[in-house]
Amino acid sequence: MKSVSKTYAHRGRMVKALDNVTLEIERGDYVSIVGPSGSGKSTFLLTFGGMLSPASGTVCVDGQSLYELSPEKRATLRREKIGFVFQTFNLVPYLTALENVQIPLFLARLGDAEQKRRAAALLERMGLGDRLDHKPSELSVGQQQRVALARMLANDPPVILADEPTGNLDPETSEAILGFLQELNDEGRTLVMVTHDMNAAGKAKRTLRLVDGTIADGPNAASQLVASMKGDA
Amino acid sequence: MKLRTFVWREIFERKSQLATSFAAILLGISVIVAIKNITYYSEKAVARELDALGANILILPKSASLQDYYGADMQDAEFPEEYVTRLAMSDLQGLDNLSPKLSVPVETGGHRFTLTGILPTNEFQAKAAWQGAGIFSRPQNCGTVTVPGAIAEPPKETLVRKRVVTTLGDNEALVGAEVGAAMAIREGDTLTLLGKAFSVTAVLPATGTVDDSRVFAHLHTVQRLAGKGAVLNAVEILGCCDQISKGLVEKINTLLPEARVVTITQIVDTQIKTNKMMARLSRLFLAIIALVGGASIANYMYSNVFERRREIGTLMALGAGSGVVLKMFLLKALLLGFAGGVGGYALGTAIAVVFGPRIAGVLVLPMPVLALWAVGVAVAIALVSSYFPARQAARLDPATALQEL
Repeated sequence: MKSVSKTYAHRGRMVKALDNVTLEIERGDYVSIVGPSGSGKSTFLLTFGGMLSPASGTVCVDGQSLYELSPEKRATLRREKIGFVFQTFNLVPYLTALENVQIPLFLARLGDAEQKRRAAALLERMGLGDRLDHKPSELSVGQQQRVALARMLANDPPVILADEPTGNLDPETSEAILGFLQELNDEGRTLVMVTHDMNAAGKAKRTLRLVDGTIADGPNAASQLVASMKGDA
Repeated sequence: MKLRTFVWREIFERKSQLATSFAAILLGISVIVAIKNITYYSEKAVARELDALGANILILPKSASLQDYYGADMQDAEFPEEYVTRLAMSDLQGLDNLSPKLSVPVETGGHRFTLTGILPTNEFQAKAAWQGAGIFSRPQNCGTVTVPGAIAEPPKETLVRKRVVTTLGDNEALVGAEVGAAMAIREGDTLTLLGKAFSVTAVLPATGTVDDSRVFAHLHTVQRLAGKGAVLNAVEILGCCDQISKGLVEKINTLLPEARVVTITQIVDTQIKTNKMMARLSRLFLAIIALVGGASIANYMYSNVFERRREIGTLMALGAGSGVVLKMFLLKALLLGFAGGVGGYALGTAIAVVFGPRIAGVLVLPMPVLALWAVGVAVAIALVSSYFPARQAARLDPATALQEL
């Protein structure tokens, strides 16, 4: 990310979500982004994931400038290189667990049999082999997040962007999910996680603090965040 | 998984929301199908009745005057019989029957009447078949449907109604009701006219026209007896009413510029008015269904897109391009239109078949061709009205769609 800025108009007032942010994330890195509400974390993740074009600056993934690509090519790049994990999982409610995991494979135009084979294998890996035909409403919250993780992994993305992946989970399930994310990072995937959870942030190799659209790096980022949150209170 | 899996699942997940739009398109299409179906059979019934009234186009020599439609051939002016060949060999649609006539005055047993030469249709057919084309290669009876249970016409007496007979021998004669009564002639008797003995094959029922005081014989026999050669006074034509309304008379005029072509305008006007009214009614309903059904579908689709913002955003995050999203909504519209069209056809046909006889007094049968029309119109309405909502979905900003981020 180089000199990236993004400004919103909110109720007639201009809000700077990202202010001249420059950041390099190496392949295989595990970065957590912390910051108070409204600090620009969401904007950062969306911009980094090729879903929100910045007002200025460039965002490159694997040497490719995301916003110089056409929307269709950017969608292809997202499909092939970026996996999203959402706080509320964003499973399609009317599809089964297996079909939800099939979505990225269907978008990659794989045949039906191959889609099913790979989706079932991923759900097996998540310990959901006996829940293939269950709809999201028939699964527990932890199981839903595991389906979402399986879906995220379907196209084997080298970059994973996680938005509050443990935000809606109980401590035990959170630990399991964080352990799994650690596994993915150990496999060599690059992980960027936005979180409020200090325990989760602590699992990352480095933590960045985002305040008022600007980024602060370093070992004290997390503690600075805690201090700033106390100050807010 | 395929795109249609997505669409099917979503439809069944939210079928109650779809029900209103489906009902709008279903009812609209069914009403139009019912109108079209009843109109078709009603028009055919009217056309059949009008065609049954008898000849409705008359070809006369240019100089002939038209004082009475049914007596118009009682004049001296003549034209060549070759006109009949021209008509028979033409590609004109809607010439159901041709009746060339030559009339000469005769007197026998103190009674004066008219001997009219007519040409039976079997001679036309032989001629047309011999030359490989002509009006008899086209459907007869104006292409009208035959109502089951209709009674077949007695062969010779069709002259009264249809102005044509199928077969007539050189020495056979048909006697009008008045002549038959005046001369006490019965079927099987012999009648001598212009020195030739004719066998009476039928005494025709009374018609109340000049035909009642005529004797009909083979055209070529009459021509020979009158010593006039291959000439005619008139050609009576049973033109199909729907074709007359489409300009049959003008086409005959072009084909036979040397002749005078006249028609019974009231009959044609009635048919034209009926056709136009029904066509207008169908168009009016089509406009209503396009507006009401289209608005209902567009409204449903817009709210569906709004409800599914997050789902669309998720799909985009997972790598779906705008084309996939557009196709997803248009495929849904296509299925909705198809189901509405098929259902509308079935319901409309049922309404037409059940209520048609009560409304229009005609037997109404299902028309499979309307199924194609119904599906085509319903799909077109659904696709057109869904296009803008679908495009909105395809252009949705994925970041806005994922508001939690």
